[in-house]
Amino acid sequence: MHLHHLKKIFLSLVLVVFSLSNVYAQSSEIKLGIVLEPPHLDPTAGAAAAIDEVVYANVFEGLTRIDENGAVLPSLATNWEISSDNLSYTFFLKENVTFHDGEKFDSSDVLFTFDRAMSEDSVNAQKGIFAVIEEARAVDEYTIAIQLKRPSGDFLFNIGRGDAVIVSKKSANANKTNPIGTGPFRFSSWNKGSKLVLEAFDNYVGDPISLTKASFIFISDPNTAIAAMLAGDIDGFPIFPAPESMDIFANDDRFNVVIGTTEGETILATNNKATPFNNLKVRQAIAHTIDRKAIIDGAMFGYGTPIGSHFAPHNPYYIDKVNTYPLDLEKAKQLLAEAGYENGFKATLKLPPPPYARRGGQIIASQLRQIGIELELINIEWAQWIEDVFTKKNYDLTIVSHVEPFDIGIYANPDYYFQFDNEDFRAIMVQLENTTNDDGRRALAYYAQDFLARHAVNGYLFQLAKTGVWNANIDGMWANAPVEGNDLSQMKWVK
Amino acid sequence: MKYSNENKSVFKKAWGHLNLRIGVFGTLIFALMAIVSIFWTPHDIKYLDISNRFLGPSAQYLLGTDFFGRDMLSMLMSGALTSFIVALVAVGIGLFFGVPLGLLAASYGGLFEWLVLRTNDFLFAFPAIISAIIITTIFGPSAINTIIAIGIFNIPVFARVARGGALSIISHDFVAASRLSGRSNFSISFVHLLPNIASLLIVQASVQLSLGILAEASLSYIGLGTQPPATSLGLMLKEAQSLFLLHPMLAILPGLTIIFIVIFLNLAGDGLRDALDPRLAKQGSLESAG
Repeated sequence: MHLHHLKKIFLSLVLVVFSLSNVYAQSSEIKLGIVLEPPHLDPTAGAAAAIDEVVYANVFEGLTRIDENGAVLPSLATNWEISSDNLSYTFFLKENVTFHDGEKFDSSDVLFTFDRAMSEDSVNAQKGIFAVIEEARAVDEYTIAIQLKRPSGDFLFNIGRGDAVIVSKKSANANKTNPIGTGPFRFSSWNKGSKLVLEAFDNYVGDPISLTKASFIFISDPNTAIAAMLAGDIDGFPIFPAPESMDIFANDDRFNVVIGTTEGETILATNNKATPFNNLKVRQAIAHTIDRKAIIDGAMFGYGTPIGSHFAPHNPYYIDKVNTYPLDLEKAKQLLAEAGYENGFKATLKLPPPPYARRGGQIIASQLRQIGIELELINIEWAQWIEDVFTKKNYDLTIVSHVEPFDIGIYANPDYYFQFDNEDFRAIMVQLENTTNDDGRRALAYYAQDFLARHAVNGYLFQLAKTGVWNANIDGMWANAPVEGNDLSQMKWVK
Repeated sequence: MKYSNENKSVFKKAWGHLNLRIGVFGTLIFALMAIVSIFWTPHDIKYLDISNRFLGPSAQYLLGTDFFGRDMLSMLMSGALTSFIVALVAVGIGLFFGVPLGLLAASYGGLFEWLVLRTNDFLFAFPAIISAIIITTIFGPSAINTIIAIGIFNIPVFARVARGGALSIISHDFVAASRLSGRSNFSISFVHLLPNIASLLIVQASVQLSLGILAEASLSYIGLGTQPPATSLGLMLKEAQSLFLLHPMLAILPGLTIIFIVIFLNLAGDGLRDALDPRLAKQGSLESAG
């Protein structure tokens, strides 16, 4: 009897403590799972998406910032003026802002940041962002004037990207390990291989922030991710590593499953200088054989949007080119025969680790086998992919997702790993760069998309979906990923 | 020359052994399915029919289809083939290198025996699966490296069994007589010792075979064994893992197949042991590398 009572008391105590701790945890702290650990934490000195996923808009801010739909919002610049010739930009900066180390923020920091990114020895991964700048100068303590070499339609978007965030002269060189920015969260700790913690910055100037602490926990294994979500160890995955298990969460009221868009054009990248892929007819035959729906269903379990060229479907300049070479095996065989490969040929397909590549590769191999192309699948790690495929161009085919926004310009570079060397396309890109009016840019973007689709430079497969899953009580997570980032400033617990 | 020559009756007696019958019969069924998959499977598993994925059992697909729309029965048949080949070749490696080492160690003794034994001890000091992980990590994951990794750790097992068996034979008069008549240690090893420990080796081989199948499954499961598009039972398990909550059959079927193959092999091994060497059964001194 006694024991029974004690048990009851103990149980209710446990329950009270449990619910209290739950309330406490939910009020202020969030634990997000991310798939890859960043190599370091300086977004102005590295291309890795994982850096931006942690620090973008949280630790560091740019003059502008990008919202979840790709719109440009004010950030460190509260407003700006653009001259009628679209060449002079004047930015008015937010006042009374300090960096996390107490340094005051003013126009000299902006100049320092841009000079650093534009210098000879700059290690910025997107130097192109700054290439259009003729001159940047400080009008006064809180006003910056920027003169462009030529009009640029993307300038405001580009300076809102992670690569253009404002850093302080004093701390810039240590940002890789101890990032100091002006954002609403300051860097707290980083257990390599496990997690990274940010804490709210008390002196932040801007809209109030709901969260007090955010942990980014690195989980790449799909099964660990599933278990961690179900157990509540992780509050959300902005990008869940296992699209095959989204239904587990979709059928569970505790979770929100949100499928959004990313800038990731997933392509069957083709070495345009390697025989027989230098033959347009061979590339067309492959394009006629690729069944995008099967690839999206089989590799991504239905999450993804078919693309027919190297362009994101949510972009306002997008034009649907999926049916340039419709699925037609007879036509494909005929094209192969015309190219001199009646009996098909053998080639290699190098596959980096992501499931879209490893699973997609098996499906593409199965599809191309129908027209006599036998692919040898070679699984490789990322480092090897960068070295062999991207740098040395030692490959026939590979599958990869290109996640940079508006990156159609890579086709104008004959040394890029597709090795697509085409004078006409380069001319289109130069023209696009120099056009600022919307109709003109749209017409050129349409033409460029059609050009790439017709030349079947690569096999265009699908736009990678952002398969997010998070606790149903969290509000403010990005559904889409127009730039890489997890903006914590808008996130809050609603229950 | 054979020490005892009552094999016929032994095998007859063994066949009366229920475990042996079940074990051999079951193993043969799976082995047959695996062998048939070389020439024929109900469906072509190289052709991925995505629109037919995750189908339940039906007349067309007896055990349903997987996430690529491949026939599960065909997958299990080819998977079992890979698993059997890996385990068999690994046992072959163990026999080929381990048995001569053990026999020669027994008949020469001295420094050579000491070296063989200490090397064995060294290899035994590491759990085989860990060593296999090291090997496949260094040389890259593939079915071939899995075979080598498992094979290497079969060598000391067979060396020890061969030496142990040989030592109990070597003291017999007919060995001494043979030596007096001028036979070398080397020749004695293979003419007199080997035939007399054959039964021991067969039993050990059946045990190692089932361990090899388990080891292949473990390595493939953690991504260090067979790589897609090839398939094996362990790889099927690995690929089904993140789908388990939604499509449990994809994991249960290869799991059951592994369990049945291993149980049948063990039953066959136990039966053989009882039949071939009753003394051994009593001592229960068979070594295995787990």
